[in-house]
Amino acid sequence: MAEKNSDFEPNIVAFLCNWCSYAGADLAGTSRIQYPSNVRVIRVMCSGRVNPLFVMNALQQGADGVLISGCHPGDCHYMQGNYYARRRFMLMRNFLEYLGVEPERVRMSWVSASEGAKWKEVIEEVVSGVKSVGPMNKFQRRQLNW
Amino acid sequence: MNGKPKIGVYVCHCGTNIAGVVNVEEVVQFASTLPDVVVARNYSYMCSDPGQALITDDIQNYGLNRVVVASCSPRMHEPTFRKTLLSGGLNPYFLEMANIREQCSWVHEDPIAATEKAKRIVEAAVVKARRLEALDVKEVDVEPACLIIGAGIAGIQAALDIADAGFKVYLVEKSPTVGGHMAQLDKTFPTLDCSACILTPKMVDVANHSNIELMTYSQVEEISGYIGNFQVKVRKKSRFVDMEKCTGCGACAEVCRMAGRIPNEFDEGIGMRGAIYLPFPQAVPAKYTIDKENCLFLSKGKCGESPKCKEACQAEAINFDLQDEIVEFKVGTIIVATGYDVFDARKKPEYAYGVYDNVLTALEFERLVNASGPTGGKIVMLERGKKKKKKEGEEVEPPKVPKSITFIQCVGSRDKSVGNEYCSRVCCMYTAKLAHLAKDKIPDCEVTIFYMDVRAFGKGFEEFYDRVRREGVRYIRGNPSEIFKRGDKLVVKAEDTLTATPLEHETDMVVLSVGLVPRSDNREIIDLLKLSQSSDLFYLEAHPKLRPVDTASDGVFLAGVCQGPKDIPDAVAQAKGAASAAMIPMASGKVKVEAQTSVVNEATCRGCGFCVAVCPFTAIELVEVNRNGWPVKVARVNEALCKGCGACAAACLSGSIQQRSFKDIQILPQIQALGVK
Repeated sequence: MAEKNSDFEPNIVAFLCNWCSYAGADLAGTSRIQYPSNVRVIRVMCSGRVNPLFVMNALQQGADGVLISGCHPGDCHYMQGNYYARRRFMLMRNFLEYLGVEPERVRMSWVSASEGAKWKEVIEEVVSGVKSVGPMNKFQRRQLNW
Repeated sequence: MNGKPKIGVYVCHCGTNIAGVVNVEEVVQFASTLPDVVVARNYSYMCSDPGQALITDDIQNYGLNRVVVASCSPRMHEPTFRKTLLSGGLNPYFLEMANIREQCSWVHEDPIAATEKAKRIVEAAVVKARRLEALDVKEVDVEPACLIIGAGIAGIQAALDIADAGFKVYLVEKSPTVGGHMAQLDKTFPTLDCSACILTPKMVDVANHSNIELMTYSQVEEISGYIGNFQVKVRKKSRFVDMEKCTGCGACAEVCRMAGRIPNEFDEGIGMRGAIYLPFPQAVPAKYTIDKENCLFLSKGKCGESPKCKEACQAEAINFDLQDEIVEFKVGTIIVATGYDVFDARKKPEYAYGVYDNVLTALEFERLVNASGPTGGKIVMLERGKKKKKKEGEEVEPPKVPKSITFIQCVGSRDKSVGNEYCSRVCCMYTAKLAHLAKDKIPDCEVTIFYMDVRAFGKGFEEFYDRVRREGVRYIRGNPSEIFKRGDKLVVKAEDTLTATPLEHETDMVVLSVGLVPRSDNREIIDLLKLSQSSDLFYLEAHPKLRPVDTASDGVFLAGVCQGPKDIPDAVAQAKGAASAAMIPMASGKVKVEAQTSVVNEATCRGCGFCVAVCPFTAIELVEVNRNGWPVKVARVNEALCKGCGACAAACLSGSIQQRSFKDIQILPQIQALGVK
């Protein structure tokens, strides 16, 4: 049973594609839409760039949750990248569950460049999902000198 | 040049945009403790001249070889600061941006939490910057030709501008004629210019211009490549009429067995046509088209003894064996000018459009007042769906003229119940224009307009609105709730919200001022060009203020209503803007290509080909190389084709293929920095 603590503020790493989700998150900013500050973003050109290794790494190095967000199906700037991301994500999530990692910790979403309001909703859902399972302490944390 | 990193960190206040929430001093203090950071500063506006000079001076004075700018989104100012690095003598790819405005100070109110997050973002940028590498920017030639999709007024104007400048234009139009919606209009607001008089010369010009290859009744099927070098495949649908031979005499249409039985799309279904038709007399090209769904011979295989049109055609232009033709060509730039549909009034069932014959859309009414329309410009009561019986000796009753016409504005605009929050920007003024035309043609006609607000914002609009009111058109502020029939009158039920009086207004004819909506086939272009849509589902421009004709795809531009509702002058202005934007790469002849491409470490590549399989652009192939005397297969990237998505890098089992600027070794430190609690 994960330790639950009402003032637990999870730390979530998000991988956002440049063309849709990163632009959508920017739009949320331009529109001054307020949302929790728990999510920290890494910009990649396409969600298809997200190696499952990155998800493992984030959980291993202190993140309590991971979000991958890309263009809606059919809208990928590179045609297929979000489909690759989706397939990898499904396998990854099953594997993490097998390892005992709660599925609430890893999430994938589609946010387009015009969906600033949806970005806020996604953040709120991810944060409350991770809060519900408490801090991630299943993996040994190791700091590397990159 | 990669050398040991010496990093400068520059934290921007952006006035109070960042500094109002984030403690900038604290972030600078924190940044100066990070590895390899030799200088950390803050400044009110980093993007200003003095801000940029801070960076270039520090590059000189401290021998910086990496720069982190913590300010706005890289989607905003990455190009700006890359140029700063270049002018400071650094490779522009030694820049990393930390987005502490759009994704931090603007979305968080708590200064402590926002400052903590800003520090994490800056740290992630610094650790990535340590691993950045110099990249070469390559240039490729630009094909001096432009594809324009859609030949309404926007597409026509863009085509003429580009062709006049000396570049080749391929103008592709889906329908049998150019002209678009503007050709359907009678007069234009607020000047009352005759739409056909100002449009038709331009329509003829695009058909005759030596630099324009016009393809009507054609559809773009495939687009591949990138800015400077797009490969385009167009399907020219068969008209079953030889374009070379057809003289446009119209003998065929007169004898068609279906003549007068098919609603003419151009007349919004009020007028009728045959299976072989010219949409309207001034159509360009003035060549007839057989609509194969409705042609008896083509759909049923039999048309009397033999098709009458073929017998009637002296020029022997009709050929039922003609097939679709596929043409392929190369262009450097693309302009999308696909226009709009009008709102489907059936989605507002309370207005009974489609139930009562004399509830019309404004575009139908436009055809009714148009001199080249189905009634020759006479406003008459409609009897829809009734065929004229031509019994001998029977006198045909002349159609009735309405004594009262009522307009309802904002049908399908500013209406969340149908999902359209936006204002269509043309309805207030076209309603005023149509009301004026109604008064002009039937002086004793009582004309009433129900409105929510009148938005007369453009040049000459307010004056025109004033004029129309003085002409006796009655404006009632209220959004009608229902239309029903009482005897032979239509009744509009509403509330005059200025006097708070419920009313039932009797009238002969109701015209619904329908708004502009994205085309129902909008998806086709999205799939072809990977365009984004804004929340109103029109195509999304690259920046709402400063890049209104650009898209996220380099070399692809937008013109006209496909980007959002606008009137004719605005569509023309945007078309001229798109034309000029498209001509920039064509005039310079060279364009920079993606530098953040993939690269293979051939020493560790095992030649499995996973990357080859996932590459959406067939940019990777397996080649045989000699490794210590053994022939082995390794992946190799064609940099001209690689668009830098990184799908290959995520698929590689050994990490041998990597995306430049997004290598594992650049992203993993970011992950570690962000993971810190």
